[in-house]
Amino acid sequence: MARVVFTANLQRHVPCPPCQVPGRTAREALEAAFACYPRLRGYVLDEHGILRRHMVVFVNGRPSGDREGLGDPVGDEDEVAVMQALSGG
Amino acid sequence: MAGRLLVSTRKGLFCLGPSGRGRWQVERVCFLGDNVTLTLPDPRDGLWYAALDHGHFGAKLHRSPDRGATWEEVGVPAYPEPPAGYEEKDPMGRVIPWQLQRFWALEPGLADQEGLLWAGTIPGGLFRSPDRGATWDLVRSLWEHPDRRRWLAGGADYPGIHSICVDPRDGRRVTLAVSSGGVWRSEDGGGTWACHGQGMRAAYVPPGRETDMRIQDVHRLVQCPTHPETLWAQHHNGIYHSADGGAVWRLLVPSDAFEPRDSLTGFGFPVAVHPQDPDTAWFVPGDKDERRVPLDAKVVVLRTRDGGRSFETLRRGLPQEQAYDLVLRHALDADADGRGLAFGSTTGSLWVSEDGGDAWTTVAEHLPPVYAVRWA
Repeated sequence: MARVVFTANLQRHVPCPPCQVPGRTAREALEAAFACYPRLRGYVLDEHGILRRHMVVFVNGRPSGDREGLGDPVGDEDEVAVMQALSGG
Repeated sequence: MAGRLLVSTRKGLFCLGPSGRGRWQVERVCFLGDNVTLTLPDPRDGLWYAALDHGHFGAKLHRSPDRGATWEEVGVPAYPEPPAGYEEKDPMGRVIPWQLQRFWALEPGLADQEGLLWAGTIPGGLFRSPDRGATWDLVRSLWEHPDRRRWLAGGADYPGIHSICVDPRDGRRVTLAVSSGGVWRSEDGGGTWACHGQGMRAAYVPPGRETDMRIQDVHRLVQCPTHPETLWAQHHNGIYHSADGGAVWRLLVPSDAFEPRDSLTGFGFPVAVHPQDPDTAWFVPGDKDERRVPLDAKVVVLRTRDGGRSFETLRRGLPQEQAYDLVLRHALDADADGRGLAFGSTTGSLWVSEDGGDAWTTVAEHLPPVYAVRWA
């Protein structure tokens, strides 16, 4: 069960407290979190399931190197953080 | 005069109402801090819609059953997955993402089209909702029209549909305007589309392309609801009028005319038409394309009451020195009887007239940048 946390700016629009979810990759963990908070999905991903341009996903503090697939492996002790990129938007 | 104003701004939705003796007050602020790009007060059922652009988090749509007291998030249009390996580029070679960027038009169907909404978006998709915004369907006939790919960006990074006119006599007759993609009309509820705009002329393309109807940058298009054959357009290169439902257009005031110029400039973004009198329309001009501020730093409204044969420059109550207000395409509106007018600027000013534009009252001077103004 990985831990998924979301930027506070996102919690202003959609309730999304930190959650413990199953998943072997960052993508699977996020999908499990979206199952808990369905409205969240459209705030993080676009209509094609791609991470929004100005969002960034960290795994244990490191930005995902696979923005499209989010295939970074995650284990029980890992934390997936969904944050805003400081690139504009 | 209608009662309230919905003012969509870069930092929230401001709902204003009269407080007596010509004064106005902010009655409610919704979505403070968020980018509200458009609102729609639906005259059929009283629901209010607010379109937001969160930047990082994408475009959203909210609906209120109680005039802004509470809001519920509803659905948003979704662009289809492009064919495998396909990357769309505009005629300039820039990639057009098949992804919702922003709501740029939101209009109701007719009274007998219960729950039907139309949405124009950037990057150029037209969508229909049959259920008050809960779900949306792409109008594929337009999206897949080969000439749609000729549209150019104008006013945003990608092409967009900013004006949707539903003919009050026949809800299947829908007219759109695109920056920069001309005027499009469907006679069959969106099943088929044709590009119109004969007479429009673009000064921003190379010689030989000026009259290409598919690249005309119409900044705003409005239709007189009681005389739907009359349409007015504020075009990038001037003020245009059509008396035949949008097929043929007549240039009334070019954007680069008159040297030495007086206040009659034809460059601007918004236009409003009188709901009962098709010959009366209002515009808020800027100086010119390369200097998008009021001419001589004086805010004025242009009004014609004779179908464009002549224009009056209205100034009473508007700032006439050191005013650099620009008024965007959705930020001018006329109320249901054509006497109430309101417009807001990118520098956060808001003016109201209760006599068809003869005199104006400054209602606000420190709002966030105003994107859209609508009577409710």
